[in-house]
Amino acid sequence: MPRSANFSNASPRQVAAAISRSRRDFLRQATGAALFAPSALRAIAAPSAKKAVVVTFGGGARDDETFNADGQDNIPRMLAELAPRSTFFTQVVNRGILGHYVATASLATGVYETFNNFAAVSPDNPTVFEYFRKDLKRPSTDAWVIAPSNGFNRIGESEHKGYGKGLGAGVILPKRLLAAALAHGGAADFNHLLRDNYESTSFSPVIGGNDVELQQLADIFKVSIDDFISHAKSLASPDELSVYIARQLMKRLAPSLLWITLHDIDVAHSGAFSLYLEGIRRSDRLCADLWKTIQSEPEYANKTTLFILPDFGRDSDISPGGNGFQHHRTGDATSRTTWMMVLGPGIRENHIVERPVDSTDLVPTLGTLLGFSPSLCHGQPMLEVV
Amino acid sequence: MLPKQLTAESFNGYPPKGRALAAANLSLLQTMPLAFVPFLLKDMLVFDWKFPFEQADLTNQFAYLNKMFEGDRERTMRPFAELKLSDKLENSDWVNQPAQFLEDLSAHLWTTQQMDGFRSASEDYVRRFNDSLPAEELAMPRLGIAVFGEGVSATQYKLFRKLRPNGVFFSQVNPANGKETIAEALKARAAAHNIPYAHWSIEGGALRAAPAGLVCVDYDGLTEVRSKLAAMMLSAYEAAKFDPEKLRTKLAAVTPQTVGMKDSGDGALDRFQLSLLTEGSGTQIYSTTFVQWAAREALRRAHPLTIYTRYAPRQKERTMDELLSGTQKKTATDAEGSMIDGDMGAYCTWVNMQRLPGADDARFLAWFEGHGEAVAIAPGLKAGTEDATPTDIAGLLKRVQYS
Repeated sequence: MPRSANFSNASPRQVAAAISRSRRDFLRQATGAALFAPSALRAIAAPSAKKAVVVTFGGGARDDETFNADGQDNIPRMLAELAPRSTFFTQVVNRGILGHYVATASLATGVYETFNNFAAVSPDNPTVFEYFRKDLKRPSTDAWVIAPSNGFNRIGESEHKGYGKGLGAGVILPKRLLAAALAHGGAADFNHLLRDNYESTSFSPVIGGNDVELQQLADIFKVSIDDFISHAKSLASPDELSVYIARQLMKRLAPSLLWITLHDIDVAHSGAFSLYLEGIRRSDRLCADLWKTIQSEPEYANKTTLFILPDFGRDSDISPGGNGFQHHRTGDATSRTTWMMVLGPGIRENHIVERPVDSTDLVPTLGTLLGFSPSLCHGQPMLEVV
Repeated sequence: MLPKQLTAESFNGYPPKGRALAAANLSLLQTMPLAFVPFLLKDMLVFDWKFPFEQADLTNQFAYLNKMFEGDRERTMRPFAELKLSDKLENSDWVNQPAQFLEDLSAHLWTTQQMDGFRSASEDYVRRFNDSLPAEELAMPRLGIAVFGEGVSATQYKLFRKLRPNGVFFSQVNPANGKETIAEALKARAAAHNIPYAHWSIEGGALRAAPAGLVCVDYDGLTEVRSKLAAMMLSAYEAAKFDPEKLRTKLAAVTPQTVGMKDSGDGALDRFQLSLLTEGSGTQIYSTTFVQWAAREALRRAHPLTIYTRYAPRQKERTMDELLSGTQKKTATDAEGSMIDGDMGAYCTWVNMQRLPGADDARFLAWFEGHGEAVAIAPGLKAGTEDATPTDIAGLLKRVQYS
C-alpha cells in the first residue's frame, strides 16, 4: 500500500463545489456572465433544419491551466469569443471510467460504458448517431465522427441488436488516413505521428469498424492524395488535421450531426507541461476557428448548436495517488469534474449553469434538440439549452 | 487461490529477505483480503532491493497490522474485503506476479465502478497507519533545490507562478557561480549528516562529477538503457497485434541485467533508476519528465533530507512536417519549453516534499539558472512576498536554510 499523506481535508463534494465556484467567478469576471439571470442578449428562433457539432477534448484540461487566473492566457479565444456567447455548465461530472475511448463512448451513448479502454470494441449501447439516423431516417452521410486516435475506429456504432450495423456514423481517423497515404508515397518515419495514445506506451488496435478509407475520403473531398499529404505537412498537429477534415466535410456533405474528438492535450501524459499548455492553446484556437466556420458556412449558420466539453478532467496537484496534470488516474473530484459550453441559435448567451450535470446528459440533450428519442440512454436532457 | 491458502512455500520465488518477512507474517497474511494482500507482496517481492526507508515502512505496516486487535483489523480490512473481485483475479498468480494482479485489479475496479470505494478505503488505511507512527525526527530540515532554464536568455513566461504564494520571490539575484555554490552546499549537508540515501542529486543532462555523499542520478548516464527499452517498446508497437497491458507487464519484468546495466554495486539504486524508465510515463523521451518523476519517486521511496534537481533542455517535439517527411534526424532541443517544464517540475517537487514528515519545517529554493530570479521558501520567510534587494545564491541558501 503506497504511503502518502492527504493534506487536503476537503470532501469530493467540497472540491467539486470549489471547482464550480472558481469557473463561475472567473467567467463572471471575464465576461460579465449572469448566473440564472434572464439572458435575452440574443434570442434567435431556432430554425427547423437543426444541426449539431460536438467537440470533445480527449485529455482534459484542468482549471489551473484554463479558467483560473493563472490559466487564462491559455484560452484567450474561448474567453473572449465563445464564453460570452454560450451557456456555460460549470460542473459536468463523469462518473464512469476515466479512459479516453471508453469515456468518449459513454458520452456518445449516454450510458457509462464498462469495456476495456484499450480494446478495439464497439460500445455496448446504441450511440447518438444510431438514434439520430434511425429515428429521423437520415442517410449515412448525415452523421460523422472525426477522431485522431486509431483506437476510436468503432466509436461510430454499437453492437446493440436493435441498432448497430449500418445505422452508425462514418468515422474518419486522420492518422490512419495519413498512414495509408504515406504508405502510397513511401514516406519514411511517421511512427510518432501514429502513436496516438499517450497513456499507454503505444497503442495500435486491430483495425475494424466503419472508418473511412483514404480513397473514399479523396473522392468525398475531391482532393488528390498528394494534396492531402501536402496540406497535412503544413499543419502543426493531428488536431489541426482533424479540424481541416471537419471543415471539408462541412463544405462537401454538411452533416447534421458532426462529432470531433481533439486529442493534442493528452500529450500531458508524457509529463512535459509546456507541451500540455501548447495543446490547450491549440484547442482554444481550433474551437474558436470551428465556431467561425459554423457561422460562415451557409449550411450551418444560424441553425447549428455547438457543444464543447472535455471528456473528463485531470488529477489535481495534491491528489496523493497521482502526479498532477500528467494523468487522470486517481478518480478525484478534479479528474471527474469538467465543464461544457453550448452555443447556437436559441441558446442563452452569457449564462452560467452551476448545478451539476452528468456526462450522460449530453445524448438526451442532443435528442431533444434534434428531435430523436435516445430511449436506452441513462441521462436527462439539460433543459437550460433545449 | 485466496490468502487463507498461503503457505511458506508460496514465497519460494521471493528473494531471501522478502521471503523471511513473508514467513514471519504468514498467519497475518492469511487473514487479510485478496484486494489488499498483493499491495504488500509487490513490495516484498523486491524487498531486498528497497531503500532503507521503504524496508522500515513495510516492516512497520506489518507491526501495525499485527498489534491490532482482531476486531479492529477486521474493521480496517472490511472495505477491501467487501470489494467484489472476479474469478479471474482469484485464479491469477497474484503471489508471484502481484504487479500484474494490481494492474488487473485496477481495471476491474474501474469497470465495476468500485474504484471510488477502493480509493477511499486506501486513503483511510494510509492515514490511520501514518497516524500510528511516532513523529519522524529529521537530522536536519528537509531541503529541496530546483534549477531550470539552461539555454534561455529571456522569457515572457511568468516563472514561479505556483511557488510564489508559498515563499519570497527574489528579483535581484547575482547568478555568478550559482551552480558551484549549490554544489558546495550539497556537499556540506551530506558531510554533516552522512546517512544512506539521504542526499540526492538528479541531473537532466550529463553529470560532470558525483559529489561525495550524494546519490547521483543523471539522464545522460542512462542513454544506453533508454535505447534498449525504446527498442523493446518499438518492437512491441510494430507487432501485428499490440497489447499495451502486456508491454507494461513485460517492462515491469525487466531487470538491470536484461538491459545490460552496469552493476554499480548498489542494487537498490540500480533498480530504482531502471524503474524510473520502466514505470514512468514519458521519462524515456523527455529529460524534464525524467527529472520530475525521479524527484517524486526519490522523495516517496527514500525520504531524503536533501534533493537537488536540475532540468536541462529536453528534445523538441517534432512537427507534422518533420514527422511526415522523416526529416530532422538530428535531435533538436527546446530550451523555452524545458524551462516551463522545469518550473512546473519544481512546484511538483515542493508539493511532494509537503507529503513527508517535517513538512512544516521544509525549505525550498527554485532558481532560473543563470538569471536573477528565484523563489525561496522557509518557515522564516514571509510567503507571497517579493524582495528586490541584491543578493546571490550563497545568500539565498543561507536564508533558506537558516530562516
